[in-house]
Amino acid sequence: MIISEQWLRTWVNPEATTQALSHKLTMIGLEVDGVATVAEPFSGVVVAEIISAEQHPDADKLRVCVVDAGDEHVQIVCGAPNARAGLRAPLAKVGAVLPGNFKIKKAKLRGVESQGMLCASAELTISEDNDGLMELPSDAPVGADIREYLSLDDKILELGLTPNRADCLSLRGVARDVAVAFDEALIEPEIAPFAVTIDDQFPVAIDAPAKCPRYLGRVIKGVDLSKPTPDYMRDRLERAGLRSIDAVVDVTNYVMLEMGQPLHAFDLDQLSGGIVVRECREAEQLTLLDGTVQSLEPGTLLIADHEKPLALAGIMGGEDSGVSESTTSLFLESAFFTPELMAGRARSYGLHTDASHRYERGVDFQLQWQAMERATRLLIETVGGEAGPVTEVSSDGDLPINDAVLLREEQIEKLLGLRIERFEVERILQGLGFWIVTQEQGWLCTAPSWRFDMGLEVDLIEELARVIGYDAIPAQRLTGELIATPVPETRRALRSAKNDLVARGYFEAVTFSFVEPQLQATFDPQTPPVRLKNPISADLAVMRTSLIPGLLKAIAHNVSRQQSRVRLFETGLRFLPGDEIAQTPMIALAASGLRDAEGWSAGKEATDFFDIKGSVEALLGSLGQRLSFEACVFPGLHDGQSAAILVDGHAVGRMGTIHPNVGKLLGLPASTVVAEMEQSAVTALAMPEYDDISKFPETRRDLALVVDKGVASGDVMTLIRDTAGGLLTKLDLFDVYEGAGLAEGKKSLAIGLTFQGQSRTLDETEVSGAVDQVLDSLREKLGIELRS
Amino acid sequence: MQSLDNIKAEASTAIDAATDVAALEELRVSYLGKKGALTGLLKSLGQLSAEERPKAGAEINAIKQVLTEQLNLRRDSLHAEALAVQLSSEAIDVTLPGRHAETGGLHPITRTIQRMETFFSSMGFDVVEGPEIEDDYHNFEALNIPAHHPARAMHDTFYVDETRVLRTHTSGVQVRTMETQAPPIRIICPGRVYRCDSDLTHSPMFHQVEGLLIDETSNFGHLKGLLEEFLHAFFERDDLSVRLRPSYFPFTEPSAEVDIQCVKCSGEGCRVCSHTGWIEVLGCGMVNPKVLQMSGIDPDKYRGFAFGMGVERLSMLRYGIGDLRLNFDNDLRFLAQFM
Repeated sequence: MIISEQWLRTWVNPEATTQALSHKLTMIGLEVDGVATVAEPFSGVVVAEIISAEQHPDADKLRVCVVDAGDEHVQIVCGAPNARAGLRAPLAKVGAVLPGNFKIKKAKLRGVESQGMLCASAELTISEDNDGLMELPSDAPVGADIREYLSLDDKILELGLTPNRADCLSLRGVARDVAVAFDEALIEPEIAPFAVTIDDQFPVAIDAPAKCPRYLGRVIKGVDLSKPTPDYMRDRLERAGLRSIDAVVDVTNYVMLEMGQPLHAFDLDQLSGGIVVRECREAEQLTLLDGTVQSLEPGTLLIADHEKPLALAGIMGGEDSGVSESTTSLFLESAFFTPELMAGRARSYGLHTDASHRYERGVDFQLQWQAMERATRLLIETVGGEAGPVTEVSSDGDLPINDAVLLREEQIEKLLGLRIERFEVERILQGLGFWIVTQEQGWLCTAPSWRFDMGLEVDLIEELARVIGYDAIPAQRLTGELIATPVPETRRALRSAKNDLVARGYFEAVTFSFVEPQLQATFDPQTPPVRLKNPISADLAVMRTSLIPGLLKAIAHNVSRQQSRVRLFETGLRFLPGDEIAQTPMIALAASGLRDAEGWSAGKEATDFFDIKGSVEALLGSLGQRLSFEACVFPGLHDGQSAAILVDGHAVGRMGTIHPNVGKLLGLPASTVVAEMEQSAVTALAMPEYDDISKFPETRRDLALVVDKGVASGDVMTLIRDTAGGLLTKLDLFDVYEGAGLAEGKKSLAIGLTFQGQSRTLDETEVSGAVDQVLDSLREKLGIELRS
Repeated sequence: MQSLDNIKAEASTAIDAATDVAALEELRVSYLGKKGALTGLLKSLGQLSAEERPKAGAEINAIKQVLTEQLNLRRDSLHAEALAVQLSSEAIDVTLPGRHAETGGLHPITRTIQRMETFFSSMGFDVVEGPEIEDDYHNFEALNIPAHHPARAMHDTFYVDETRVLRTHTSGVQVRTMETQAPPIRIICPGRVYRCDSDLTHSPMFHQVEGLLIDETSNFGHLKGLLEEFLHAFFERDDLSVRLRPSYFPFTEPSAEVDIQCVKCSGEGCRVCSHTGWIEVLGCGMVNPKVLQMSGIDPDKYRGFAFGMGVERLSMLRYGIGDLRLNFDNDLRFLAQFM
């Protein structure tokens, strides 16, 4: 809502500067988003009349004018093509200062003295128009200061209104709030019924009373649309951001701005039979005022006549029934449409109009008569004509009802922490238009017909609070019961896992939860992802089923910016489709490029699978033997370098080197590795269980085993652990070797077994027995021999 | 006993002149060893008379002792010199960077959320999380935003299907908590939220931390006090001006927007605050009784307040980040500034 401050001050005029007024508006909930000037500062410019305009003796394009400046006649040399005798235009007198600190002095132009400058509108920053002198009306008072005459000291206030304050989509509504806030009187224009001088009426019928509970119409005959809109009205409209169109449209817009009631004027001669307010029929079309042809959707409310649709009710009029230059008779509409039933309708046609904006949020349902009378008077004053009686069709049962709400005095203090005096409560509510009846506990309050958001006691308390000002409410310290939040020792906060990764050199990334469908399919071709109905763009169209694609794109972003080493992690949900969409918290990591940051003592090797595996093992370290890895093929990952991450044998994630094709696609180095697992695995902690420390010495046996390449070392270790017996306390794989000295297809694993007794020193035969047992089963089950 | 003095002088000079431990050892052998000069003299004592013998013996022993001490001193000093030479040859460039595992860093959004969590945890609030694909009921209906409510237009919602949306705020988590937990309730709900809007100052995904307190005694003054305290703590400035001004949210009544004095220009007016001197940082209000009722909490007995803040906004103000999109580029040159 944009309004002229001076117009507002004709309704309520507190002793407050523009700044103080804006501040107050903001602090009562009508936020001032901006204050604009009408024209930049300038001085010394008056209304002047050109008495005569003669050709300059030495310049074709200049004229020498004698100009009446009110207190004196001056000679002005002027180049404007429209400088002519009888024209009234702004004159910057000698001594005037124009925008840009342009000082007007006496000057000679081609030898002829000029005592000032006649101005174009752009030179005064009133408009962009620089084509000639600004033409003022013939009744503009000669000699008057132009700033005063055109009220150029006016300010334009831009209000950012919340959706509940439809009542402030009018000057009257804003003025009402200002009056209460400053405790000032509201000056309402007198709205008396206009004298009816003709009998003409046009029939009205409502077929959809729920959507249109009230419809008023009136015939006005003998109007003259060649008459211009009054200047004050045009200025106020323009300062409210509305373009002047013709006198009739301007008057309807003016009344809408002034009172909040959208109005529509039809050309009576284009209507046949009578008005019917009805829902549209199948396959109806309507050409709107903006020239678009709309195919009407079922449920759309229309203003129609007996033959055809005329207008989209409460949204926009039709082209054929609109007012034109040749119009001589009007049918003026002032209606109430039910807000809830209007909501969303304009948007479904891609429209948003001043009328639809107001109707959707709620127009005062008792305003239609007043607005009709106000508009009739202004119309006839402007374009002449004679008014017939008003035709009203109303369905009282369908009109909104504002129930009385009990406001308890004690509740005010309970909710706000502030006591408000009774007389102040009454002053505020009455000022805002409430009907109040005093009760023992407080007041029974009935909201005015322009408020749709006053159904609860708290709504009333908010009105009191905002008028008194939130600044007046004292800040208090919280009090409350202290309630413990027990934390299980077998869970750690995700925060701790994040810190682990940070300590291992990973930076946290935040990527969008919606990703490119194709990239996602590269990693997860089997799962049809959850799709957005209205994605922001095609590459953000589906919900991620994995955090990996997003992380890899972030890696690629950095790689393409010459980063030689990138380690990132992210936490967040992944979304798997189903009747219940599974929204699982995941954690993912990715590393690419050099293993170590470049440095004088650092290696130059590229990151590989075992770096990320090390990070995964660190994250899941608390799980001990419950954690295992199993070679596995995953789409998007290297067939021979990827693994499932298992806890108690159940997959909780995956990891691997990226597939060369993916690397090529995203521009990633081959040494890019990723891992992803469920957060629940990472936040699980083992409960420590103390074992006595043995006082007896350890015995260690190292075994060099020759193993088929295809046998997983993990299986070998598991088998050893399972068969070595209870005296085995530690098992280390300390070397892996392939190559010279070994048969083709073989590898050598060097494994250290540490044995220790809890109650005695182990003797040689016990240890040897355990080792033999291990060797036997290795041979038997996996074909493993000791290296000779 | 002329020769004794000669031996002493000669030995003493030789010890001082010795340049390494081996030479010193040779000297020790040649003077004090079994076949050494002094030992020889001692052996020859037998040739002296019984009266001369003790005196001569004592003199020789005294010299022996002196020379032994001198030898030891010289040895220590030679050791010390040798060690000094060795240490100096082992000198390193101590200004070379140390050898360490490179550390990473948390995203500034996480850092900011953690600071918020720490503050509110200290005030007895629990941290609660919830689903990001939310049903219409928990995202809108239960918050007093029925279908076609004009407030829905402010939300620019992403739709998954007819009944499910990407949550436009984390308020759904509050609803879920009210449905399952009896008051008193003190929670904050951090997390990702989504709005179908993308430009210089809007991201289709961003983060919020919302808070909810339900009990029997809290009022608007408590809300104001808590938020003022939070903002002072967050910006570590006790003199930061905070103002609440009326606003509208369907789920709170009264509702307020909270502005802080611009942290960039201290209220003078600058680009960051659009020359108003104030920056809007959060929305809040007393929970609408309808919302309590819908979640099964008796509005006659309980009341409370709720607040919600944009994490990116506060983070950007705190760290002086000028461009929202930097948060989602994941550029190391950005991330590495928050180590």
